[in-house]
Amino acid sequence: MKPPRHLRRLVPYLKRHQRTLLIGLACLLLRTLFSVASPWVLRHAIDDLALGLTREKLLAYAGIIVGVVTVEGFFLYQMRMILIGVSRGIEYELRGDLFGHLTRLPARYYHSMRTGDLMSRATSDLSAVRMVLGPGIMYTASTLATFLGTIAVMVTISPWLLLFSLAPLLFVTVLVRYFGRRIHERFEAVQAQLSNISALVQENLSGARVVRAYVQEDHEMARFETANAEYLKRNRALIRMFGSLYPGIQLLMGMSAAFVLWLGGRMVIDGTITLGQFVAFGAYLAMLHWPMIALGWVVNLFERGDASMGRLLEIMDTPPAISDDASADSPPVRGHVRFQKLTFAYEDRPVLHDIDLDVPAGSTVAIVGPTGSGKSTLVSLVARMFEAPPGTVMVDGRDVRSLPLAVLRKGVGYVPQETFLFSATLRENIAFGLLSPDSERVEWAAGIAQLARDVADFPQGYDTFVGERGITLSGGQKQRTALARALAVDPAILVLDDALSAVDTHTEEEILRGLRGVMETRTTFLVSHRISTVKGADLIVVLKEGRIVERGTHAVLVGRGGFYADLHRRQLLEEEMERTA
Amino acid sequence: MSGFHEEDALAKQYDRKLLVRLLRYLRPYKLAVAASFVLIVIMAGLDLVGPWLTKEAIDKHISRGDTRGLGAIAALYMAVLVAAFAVRFGQVWILQVTGQKVMVDMRRAIYAHLQRLPVAYFDRNPVGRLMTRVTTDVDAVNELFTSGVVTVFGDLFTLFGIMGVMVWMNWRLALVTFAVIPLFFVVTNWFRRGSRRSFREVRKWIARINAFLQENITGMSVVQLFRREERNVAAFAEINRKHADANMDQIFYYAVFYPAIELLAAVATALILLYGGAGVLTGALTLGALVAFVQYSERFWRPIADLSEKFNILQQAMASSERIFALLDTPLEVQAPPSPVRLGEVQGRIGFENVSFAYNAPADGAPAGGDAKAEPQWVLQDIDFVVPPGRSVALVGATGAGKTSIISLLARLYDVQRGRVTLDGVDVRDLDPAQLRSSLALVLQDVHLFSGTIASNIRLGSAIPDERVREAARAVHAHRFIEALPQGYETEVKERGATLSVGQKQLLSFARALAHDPRVLILDEATSSIDTETEALIQTALKVLLKGRTAIVIAHRLSTIQNVDEILVLHKGRIRERGTHQALLAERGLYWRLYQLQYKDQESGVAVGGGEPAVAT
Repeated sequence: MKPPRHLRRLVPYLKRHQRTLLIGLACLLLRTLFSVASPWVLRHAIDDLALGLTREKLLAYAGIIVGVVTVEGFFLYQMRMILIGVSRGIEYELRGDLFGHLTRLPARYYHSMRTGDLMSRATSDLSAVRMVLGPGIMYTASTLATFLGTIAVMVTISPWLLLFSLAPLLFVTVLVRYFGRRIHERFEAVQAQLSNISALVQENLSGARVVRAYVQEDHEMARFETANAEYLKRNRALIRMFGSLYPGIQLLMGMSAAFVLWLGGRMVIDGTITLGQFVAFGAYLAMLHWPMIALGWVVNLFERGDASMGRLLEIMDTPPAISDDASADSPPVRGHVRFQKLTFAYEDRPVLHDIDLDVPAGSTVAIVGPTGSGKSTLVSLVARMFEAPPGTVMVDGRDVRSLPLAVLRKGVGYVPQETFLFSATLRENIAFGLLSPDSERVEWAAGIAQLARDVADFPQGYDTFVGERGITLSGGQKQRTALARALAVDPAILVLDDALSAVDTHTEEEILRGLRGVMETRTTFLVSHRISTVKGADLIVVLKEGRIVERGTHAVLVGRGGFYADLHRRQLLEEEMERTA
Repeated sequence: MSGFHEEDALAKQYDRKLLVRLLRYLRPYKLAVAASFVLIVIMAGLDLVGPWLTKEAIDKHISRGDTRGLGAIAALYMAVLVAAFAVRFGQVWILQVTGQKVMVDMRRAIYAHLQRLPVAYFDRNPVGRLMTRVTTDVDAVNELFTSGVVTVFGDLFTLFGIMGVMVWMNWRLALVTFAVIPLFFVVTNWFRRGSRRSFREVRKWIARINAFLQENITGMSVVQLFRREERNVAAFAEINRKHADANMDQIFYYAVFYPAIELLAAVATALILLYGGAGVLTGALTLGALVAFVQYSERFWRPIADLSEKFNILQQAMASSERIFALLDTPLEVQAPPSPVRLGEVQGRIGFENVSFAYNAPADGAPAGGDAKAEPQWVLQDIDFVVPPGRSVALVGATGAGKTSIISLLARLYDVQRGRVTLDGVDVRDLDPAQLRSSLALVLQDVHLFSGTIASNIRLGSAIPDERVREAARAVHAHRFIEALPQGYETEVKERGATLSVGQKQLLSFARALAHDPRVLILDEATSSIDTETEALIQTALKVLLKGRTAIVIAHRLSTIQNVDEILVLHKGRIRERGTHQALLAERGLYWRLYQLQYKDQESGVAVGGGEPAVAT
């Protein structure tokens, strides 16, 4: 077994619970002590019986046995409560630390990691580590203690008998360890095939149209059969393994009992040991059964736990790429944004080239351009969602890097392109950026976002649940909620990244009318495909392949006959067509 | 209160029905199940031998100094152990393999049913949910077969076996010992209820933790933009804490259960010592029997504890099988006609006769479904046109005009509410669905590639020889890029063709259609922009594809609409204009505007940047 490299990192967590752990281990020792005592009582009872004894003495023995087990039970209870309890405590801390770290990781990290992967680390890997901390530690200690305790007594009965009867038991550990590992491997193989089947089914179901259209149902059935046959085959291999493990353990344990019966019986006949000792020896041997199984199991547990810990550490050791070490004393954002010779790339894919743009506080700038031209990237740099080169993005004349993140982001109200709402009430969603849900603020923001009327129709108004457990909002309602959420924080800079695409034109007009008052005092970035949204902006910028190719007001750009003018022409036509009923 | 009981009774009755239906899956494996049953009985019997031999050894040999007899007993014991090993292995093997086979049967039944369900079903049920039926739910049912129903008998046999042997050895002492059995039941029952409740609580909180994590990881940028990091960490800590507390509650039940069981076992031992010891003193019981009694009594509690665990498995399996059967009972809405009309050779005449269609209304003649109350939202109204054999028609119009619905109806992915759709003059509802579909080829703009090779994606499951696969690929100009792939036609398609370009995937789907040589071609042209070279290839490939076939095309390319025999202009579910390209342009109506919007740039050669803006494609 490899030394557990990653598990070492758990030491600080364990140290925090040192005292409790020690008490738990003490209970474990005491429990073992008492459990070793009870066969010993049985031994004397039987020996005395063979000699003939009084009923009073018999009663005393019975009483002692119940007494000893009662005390043992008490410590067993304590041991479990304390040791497993600590593992749950550490699990709690670890999970909290993990999530805390996740909140500090930058947007770029989430682009490179799949949610499912992060989820499985935060759940199954964490639980594998917890298994080490709880059952892992408890059973290791208890196995050692039981082992030492019983052997100490058994040696006094007969070292030879011990030697012979223990040999098969040691094989149990080897067996569990060997089979445990292979069972794990084969189990993984079965799981892999199961996920192949899942992939196949998923592929089939999402391609249902093609399957129907080309009458491929039978062929798809055949493919499924093949995958199923493979699954069955791998399962057989797995069953063969664990089908031999448990019966094998039983066999080995039985063998050692048979040894005791034979050799021990002879020793009783010889007079080397008493009948009581013979029976007690058998009982001690039985006490060793579980620890021997546990030993092999625990080793596997540690191995898996170590691998899982490694995966957890990959997250916990990722540095938060956006460092926030600027001094905390900074005045609130006023809203002057300036891009200076900004060139930006994701990894090695260039997105923005040579952007020079000055947006005075309180003005509105609209950004249009084809998909992939860098519009969203440009506006996201204002909130420092990604790290631009030093000196290229300035807010109020200061490099965004030198502003504390909290101050910067408090000054920015962002409506992302992909609306993301939380499964919470509407009120909580709108007040997401507020310290406390201020009803007045929420309703004001909802009013401007033209959401108030919709809310009035909802069963519980602002307390209506959104998402899976509640109502399903339409695309437009979602976007308006996200808009209200951004407005509620009263930002100096408002960023609308294609935020009204799912809102119908009529509602959009109303929203824009309501926004006008709000926008007057704020710097506003409008990313949109609709002329109606952007035409009132102080400045319209056309981005193409990461470069600014046109800039000017609506009137100027329409006159110039470029991308913007073309967009304008198309939209007029479309509107005309829309009117044809 | 009475209402509650009634509901409970109903649930139980329903469970029995479910169980009967489940057991039906065991029928093909009657022999294996019977063998497994027999082995379990033998196993329970063999497990009883150990203490009995100990008794024999003590009473008949050790106490009499008979070394040879002792050796015989030990040898017998070994033989029993080896036999038990074999029986146990055999039992596990048979039972598990049977369970797996049953699982495969069940999965097959679900999958086969899914293959026959109408496409509309998949619009309503997300793929993820259906996946759960095929995987997780089947697994839960499998638990029932492998560790549930059958092993319950094993546990019962062990329990009754122990009791029987004890009564046979000394019925008085046996009765005294049995006194603790009810206590075992009380303790395990308390434990089962408590731990199940606490387990449910733990599950509840772990589900909350997962939901919270999932949501926050997905929406992390929003969390960060609105500076919610600290507060969400605090909110998470609260859920996390509740989960830890729920776990402590569960630990409590376990922490009490094990000591309590040990205590009861000790009480049993004490009772045996007290009454049995007295028996030994009076000579009513042998010392060996006393030892055997102690050993037997220690084996009481495991079967009892196991029994209650099995009950939990049973409940979970029931819940899962209920969901599985609900899926299996979903009627196949697009029904194959009882006696389908067989066309001789398909000519390829397509007719839409006054067709009206809504997705949310029951099909014409079908029994009203649950949504029947809703006002039908017509996506197509009074659609009437004919495509003679070998001719082509283009459908144009804005998004939502109903173009896709028309081609779905022709392939009978849905059934119409009014009017009829015909192929060679026969209503598609009267045709054998397999014949209907094999005379059509559907080329969708979102090309669906299956895992497998390039060749198998052209061939799909049909018996098309390699030569024709290549011929088809060559005809649509896909041959060159396929040959350039590392293993040519045998190259594995990875992740649904992520390594192929959009244009290449298009060409592949053309080859697929051509290889199947259908009379009727249904084509939904891709809107995505493609590099000019591939674009040119696609244009020529299209001509090959359309030649001599009846075709309905949702056109996005100017060259396509210029080449078809007739253009149908759809607007809001109705045909608004029809005619040839030139004639329609001259009308200066809807088509003219559409042309300005969607096609004009192609003529002037200006690539619309990414095809993105304004045009509602």
